[in-house]
Amino acid sequence: MSMLAELCVIESGAADPHTLDEYESETPRWCKGCGDHGVLAALQRVLRKNNLDPEDVVSVSGIGCSSRLPHYLNTYGFHGIHGRALPISTGVRLARPELPVVVIMGDGDCFSIGGNHWLHAIRYNIDAVVLVLDNEVYALTKMQVSPTTPDGWKTNTTPHGTYLQPMNPLSVVMGMTNVSFLAQTATWLPAHLDETIEKAWEHHGLSFVRILQRCPVFMPKAFGDGGLNFPVVFLEHEDGIPVHPLLLKRGATRAHNHRDINEAQRVAVSVDPAPMGLLYRNPDVPTYEEIRWNRQERPDHRTFVERLDALMDRYTVS
Amino acid sequence: MAPSRLVRLPEHTVEIVSDAGEGAQKAAIAFAQLCAKAGNGLWTVEIIPSEIRPPPHTIGSASGNRIRLAERSKVTNAGNRANVVLAFNEMALLSRLEAGSLADDVLVLIDDHWATHDDERYRISYREVLDKVRSRGATIREVPLERETIRHAEDAQQGKNMFAVGLLCALYNKDMDVLDDVIRGIFKGKAREVIELAVRLADAGYQYGVKHFEQRFEIQAVPTDIPKVAMNGNTALALGAVSAGFEICSMYPITPATSASHELSGIFEDFGGFVHQAEDEIAAIGVALGASYAGKTALTITSGPGMALKTEFQGLAVMTETPLVIVDVQRGGPSTGLPTKIEQSDLLHALYGAPGDAPKVVIAPSTIEECYYILSLARKIAEEFRMLVIVLSDANLATGQQLFDRPDVSQTPRRPPLDLSPVPLGTLPYDWDPTTGLSQRLIPGQPGGMGVTTSLNHDRNGKACYDAERNQRGHSMRSRKLAALQQSLNAPSVHGPPEGDLLLVGWGSTRGAIEEAVDIARGEGLAVSSVHLQFLSPLPPGLREIFAGFRQIITVELNYSDDWEDPLITKENRRYGQLAWILRAATLLDIDCYAKVPGRPYMPVEIMDEIKRILGNQSGIESPAETFPAIAGAN
Repeated sequence: MSMLAELCVIESGAADPHTLDEYESETPRWCKGCGDHGVLAALQRVLRKNNLDPEDVVSVSGIGCSSRLPHYLNTYGFHGIHGRALPISTGVRLARPELPVVVIMGDGDCFSIGGNHWLHAIRYNIDAVVLVLDNEVYALTKMQVSPTTPDGWKTNTTPHGTYLQPMNPLSVVMGMTNVSFLAQTATWLPAHLDETIEKAWEHHGLSFVRILQRCPVFMPKAFGDGGLNFPVVFLEHEDGIPVHPLLLKRGATRAHNHRDINEAQRVAVSVDPAPMGLLYRNPDVPTYEEIRWNRQERPDHRTFVERLDALMDRYTVS
Repeated sequence: MAPSRLVRLPEHTVEIVSDAGEGAQKAAIAFAQLCAKAGNGLWTVEIIPSEIRPPPHTIGSASGNRIRLAERSKVTNAGNRANVVLAFNEMALLSRLEAGSLADDVLVLIDDHWATHDDERYRISYREVLDKVRSRGATIREVPLERETIRHAEDAQQGKNMFAVGLLCALYNKDMDVLDDVIRGIFKGKAREVIELAVRLADAGYQYGVKHFEQRFEIQAVPTDIPKVAMNGNTALALGAVSAGFEICSMYPITPATSASHELSGIFEDFGGFVHQAEDEIAAIGVALGASYAGKTALTITSGPGMALKTEFQGLAVMTETPLVIVDVQRGGPSTGLPTKIEQSDLLHALYGAPGDAPKVVIAPSTIEECYYILSLARKIAEEFRMLVIVLSDANLATGQQLFDRPDVSQTPRRPPLDLSPVPLGTLPYDWDPTTGLSQRLIPGQPGGMGVTTSLNHDRNGKACYDAERNQRGHSMRSRKLAALQQSLNAPSVHGPPEGDLLLVGWGSTRGAIEEAVDIARGEGLAVSSVHLQFLSPLPPGLREIFAGFRQIITVELNYSDDWEDPLITKENRRYGQLAWILRAATLLDIDCYAKVPGRPYMPVEIMDEIKRILGNQSGIESPAETFPAIAGAN
């Protein structure tokens, strides 16, 4: 057992299981009908299911509507600055690998201003659940085009329609070295959302989950009126995200081996119908904090001073 | 052997320059160690070509070191124009001449093989450059660097530097046996033949010098019992980070800061630390801030352009009161500027470079020894005050080497385990003491302390709020901490008498040159003193009282100011040196500045000239000195 694994054992101290309301903080101030409510609830259910002590969980976010989530979750939370949730999370994980981290970002936050951190976080493969709440628009700043806004859609900065094809975040993730977990789900499929976040929580490594959700205020027509007319295909595997029979009326299923990176890359580039479920998982990719902690020594005070003294010898001239 | 005349000197400045890759750096290191072991005080500075592989035998290719050695054990700066230059070719010599680094009467030791080189162009160039230096008053002493080296070595390129260090050993009447030890130490781990050849060449140089130099120098030194260390400022910062108990250094490569992280990368894991090289400057501070939020002691090391990229995160650290230390090893700006050269132009940026009102602590080491100790101070302030502390070093400290008393590591404080003891549910994350603004910090993992840390304005319970009253409150509590810190500081001490005609005010690496100039000026009867500020934010107490003792005050700093003589420059539009701006604002005194951007340290003689210019011309300066001491009568 690695030193890190020992450190990472979270003691579920409470003899009694935690209740859902122990993870609830103030009342969310998102718009009625916003998918953020559903993600918050799903996250709280996962924490309860894993019976985590609220003080041992850290949620980190950037700036945007969805990034308010840490305010509404009764754990330790850090509501940072636009695009930078991942570096902060990397710092937390490097410092305290025993604390589970969940990262919440929006599409502009992660794919645009935080793009560089997104790519490198996947490569670091820190052990964290990374949720991108993708509503295909900048909503907090009142409807500007985002990297995933559909082609031709009108926003306040593209009043005559967008100029570019939207980015496909899934193919970007699958192009990165060290990718270890990629899933896609949607807030209009609540059972699927729950199962996906739970699967992401179980994964050791960076679990990247893109969550499709409509902005009821600025993009009510997105995703085929919020999923009503949005073509999806459910990826099916015995070890993947379970597809409830009720979901079958929303889309077909296809067998998919999420352990095959080539197959995952092929699925990632297909956007119509949108793949839902677990695209890729490789539990054997080492995490960055593991690599660093396993190399690091933790000398006692005496050894520390002896080593500092020996270091000083190297620079002593007379 | 012909007896040579021995001239005793209090100090000398020597430059050793070659083409990049010819080993002048190594020769200089050996010579510096030789002097250090003898007990001489030292300051050395690297002479670095501006390109990685410049064409050889050109001005741009000169590489080497400047070494200032003295009888006294403490040398505080790189000195004035060099007394001796040992050049491997005439273009290296010319580069130092053009840089203004050589005294008119400099003694030039130069490899004579260019005089008879097969290529006529080299022969002509060699004669022309030597005529030029000679006409200024230099003494030329041609030495058979290459000719003698090939008698011992197959390839003169791989050994003439050792012959050169032997020459210097003879010139300064040092002990060849000690040099033998030094060389064996430097080449430790190399093949035996390589070491023996190096020693043989050094001895050949020594014998040549003893036999042929008609005049040699003696800079006596008293070997002391106090052990000394020699290192550059970046190494001192790295070792200081370890001894201060830092656990994470998150950085992105940038000149001239990176070598501190190189040093740390090699050793930090043995001490329970990490160096994390992030994907960019923004992520570098982000990781440090995340680690600090999670309870570890973190710093990030950068230079000016990196500081610019880190400003939003600086605001976040201030707003969330997350302890954090940033080291800015300043270089020439703006933009890419002069990446390898010194400037002190990031002071105002350090103070004000963040959105909104973001009070920070800004401190600056003034010696390489201080580079070692300052991170303990920075950590203490960051953690006790929950503040962002910016440490302003610079390229002069980063690459200069100085001898100082070996730090006593037995006093290293014990690193306490993370305190994760439970707090009562509802404990406030910002339970500000209304007098000091201080509050207890909660760490993830502490039962009862759950809550969000937000970049939004917040109240004592950490909740976002937007009303006027609580916005004003948050601002005043964050600002109050600076006042509380200021109250705990001592007034700076004045170098020289507390009253006089002129006070020089400096900060950072200019200290040695300023104090040396002041000492010389006082020796000549001028009533000048100096004061050096370690704290730039908050400013230390007592400055007005100190300033009241002097008729005139100027700052001496390595950053830009308009000259009074420049076209269009008036009292209304003149831009001052950065410390001068701060002091003028803080004291309402008409403080002037000597602030220039030469890309190298000030020489004491330059500051001396400025002192004489001011004091010799009290009323003649076209500056508003007549309005001193108060601007528009405000007081």
